Amino acid sequence: MSKKTFRLTMLSTFFVLGMAPLAFAQVDPTVAASGMKLFAAVVTAAGFGIGIAAFGTGIGQGIAIKGAVEGTARNPEASGKITVTMLIGLAMVESLCIYALVVALILLYAYPMAAPVAKMIGLPL
Amino acid sequence: MEHPFLFLSKLFELIGLGSFVHHYPHVVYSWFIMLFLIVVGKLSAGAVKMIPSGGQNFFEMVISGIEGFQLSIMGEEGRPFFPLIATLGLYILCCNWIGLIPGMLSPTANINTPLSCALVVFVVTHAVGLKEHGAKYIKHFTGPIWWMVPLMLPIELIGHFSRVLSLTFRLFGNIMGEDLVLAILLFLAGKFLAPVPMMFLAIFTSFVQAFIFSLLTMMYIAGSLEESH
Repeated sequence: MSKKTFRLTMLSTFFVLGMAPLAFAQVDPTVAASGMKLFAAVVTAAGFGIGIAAFGTGIGQGIAIKGAVEGTARNPEASGKITVTMLIGLAMVESLCIYALVVALILLYAYPMAAPVAKMIGLPL
Repeated sequence: MEHPFLFLSKLFELIGLGSFVHHYPHVVYSWFIMLFLIVVGKLSAGAVKMIPSGGQNFFEMVISGIEGFQLSIMGEEGRPFFPLIATLGLYILCCNWIGLIPGMLSPTANINTPLSCALVVFVVTHAVGLKEHGAKYIKHFTGPIWWMVPLMLPIELIGHFSRVLSLTFRLFGNIMGEDLVLAILLFLAGKFLAPVPMMFLAIFTSFVQAFIFSLLTMMYIAGSLEESH
């Protein structure tokens, strides 16, 4: 994508997103804008949270597999035990990414302060 | 996401308990799995023969596999806990696998089922430690150096409580994430059988999660039984 097309795409995206508060026809427009900002902030946080968690998990699991493959290359007879240990280690590291996923899902679908915050800014929830 | 079609929900609606199964489908499915495990156990161990065949052969393999693995982790003193660990392992495995069948729901995809299993493990760990060591069980939490106790004790307590959270969220997050991925793939490209490769991966990860849960249970109970530093 050329630089001009990229700039045009970004501009039109922000234009469309900026028009979104007008959809809240029955609510005070300033309040609807802050509700939209809250939603946008929550969605951005969830996206970046799981992205960073997946990044760290990829590196960590890669190091675990590297150790397992090197161990098997040195001693092919122990490959059964090494594989079992590697799988256990992978599940441990993966669980850290799963915690981040659960937090992201809580943010997106079950944001705990959603009702009080919505009442405070006047959105119908 | 629209309401999924569940066989046992329809069955319960037919006999009139529709509102119960609407609110607690995971409870109904866990009853189903308990019934399944009891029936399969009874059928295969009903007439125990010296030379096993069929179901008895299969379950002897499974049980001796779990027992061998447990002995390598816990040693001989862990033998009384074999029923707990094998039951947890098989129950969680069946709970995870049943969600892959279209029209069925994993009880472990709801947070309450993994939380209940983790609480059982927590209570057993501490009850075993107290029974084995008595009041000296507190030495497990204090660490080797006596003047670091004010630092070590809160850290160890938080670590022990976080075991419940980590066991719960590991199992719940994995199984709910896998269910979510299957549902989204179905929604996006169900016509092209897109969820099927994910289902193969899901069979493997469900097995790994049940295995990890029982392995961690073994390690926690072994840690409670051993002598403190």
